[in-house]
Amino acid sequence: MSYFANLGKIFVAAAFVNNIVLLQFLGLCSYIGLTDDMHASIGMGYAVTFVTVLAASVTWIIDRWILIPFNLQPFLQIVSFILVIGSLVGLVEIYIRKMSPHLYKAMGIYLPLIATNCLILGVTFINSLQGFDFVESIVEAVGAAIGYFMAMLILAGIRERLRNSELPDFFKGKAIAYMVSGIVALAFMGFQGMIK
Amino acid sequence: MKKYWRIVWNGITPSNPILILAIGLCSVVAVTNSVQNALLMTFVFSFVLIFSEIIISLLRKVIPGDIRVPIFVLVIATFTTIATLLSRAYFNSIYEAIKLYIFLVVVNCIIIGRAEAFSYQNSIVDSIFDGIGMSIGYGWVIIAMAAVREVFGNGTIAGFRVFPASYSPALVMILPPAGFLILGVLVGWLEFTLRKKKVKK
Repeated sequence: MSYFANLGKIFVAAAFVNNIVLLQFLGLCSYIGLTDDMHASIGMGYAVTFVTVLAASVTWIIDRWILIPFNLQPFLQIVSFILVIGSLVGLVEIYIRKMSPHLYKAMGIYLPLIATNCLILGVTFINSLQGFDFVESIVEAVGAAIGYFMAMLILAGIRERLRNSELPDFFKGKAIAYMVSGIVALAFMGFQGMIK
Repeated sequence: MKKYWRIVWNGITPSNPILILAIGLCSVVAVTNSVQNALLMTFVFSFVLIFSEIIISLLRKVIPGDIRVPIFVLVIATFTTIATLLSRAYFNSIYEAIKLYIFLVVVNCIIIGRAEAFSYQNSIVDSIFDGIGMSIGYGWVIIAMAAVREVFGNGTIAGFRVFPASYSPALVMILPPAGFLILGVLVGWLEFTLRKKKVKK
């Protein structure tokens, strides 16, 4: 298989077949917590996409050029990755506040939330476990972020409709959101045959 | 003594991290496809939570408020690394199956949230009891979910056969979507019983 076909396969696998939210369960806190309103989920989607791609490239460099050559991977990987992502989120926050106050206001509360989003750290660990090279890591990060964006939009849309529908009182809110995402996940499992 | 019991009980139901607060969900849905995975996850989670609460409440007078979150994360990351290496040494086969979620204990919102909301403001003994309560609250939910999913999806509990071999398993129960469905049913059921209690009063 040519290199580019392989990249396409990684992308499709990350976005659809192993959708990062629905089938690998990363980033669930923000998925359930923020999809109450559409604007919040769109803002979070953009922010996560940006930071995931940045984090995947920086941690790849650290993993491959520092941790593996000096044999530090088993006991420094978790600490160094979380530090990189934490400081990256801080830097992005300062930069956006300086360059575009409007965007900063729009993203407001979601920026600090990203630092504890397990999706970003999860993608960097997946890259490291699979032994992807630099371009493959970026493609995986973009695919995963798009998968997250898609899942957020789907659930936010459904929850907007659910607000006006008749439900038993005790299922309103989170309980029905879980069950709906179970059904959406079932639908996403239909993509399973695409990648062998 | 009563005060400590109240702290522990607080973690088990009134502010159960998973069912009521809905945080730290990733590992909950992911590892509950077998009881062994859930047990290892509970072990790792309680180890990291209790020890980081002890350290943070020990150092709470020294840690400056401005940079407390990075320091919390460093403490938690250290204990996560210890737990990762321990489980790789002693439970290698289970570790291989769920290692991604063990790594991700470091960004588990429950642990950071408890460090920030409880042990940064309370004494060491209180923090230990809070850690125990939260671990029990986390553990009973995921072990119960895992038991249901494994019994119906595979016919076994922690590897021991409960249904006869002729039972043809409902495969969907150990596939990803059922995790969401069962969590939804559990949350709805809890809401239902809480509401019934309120009406009785």
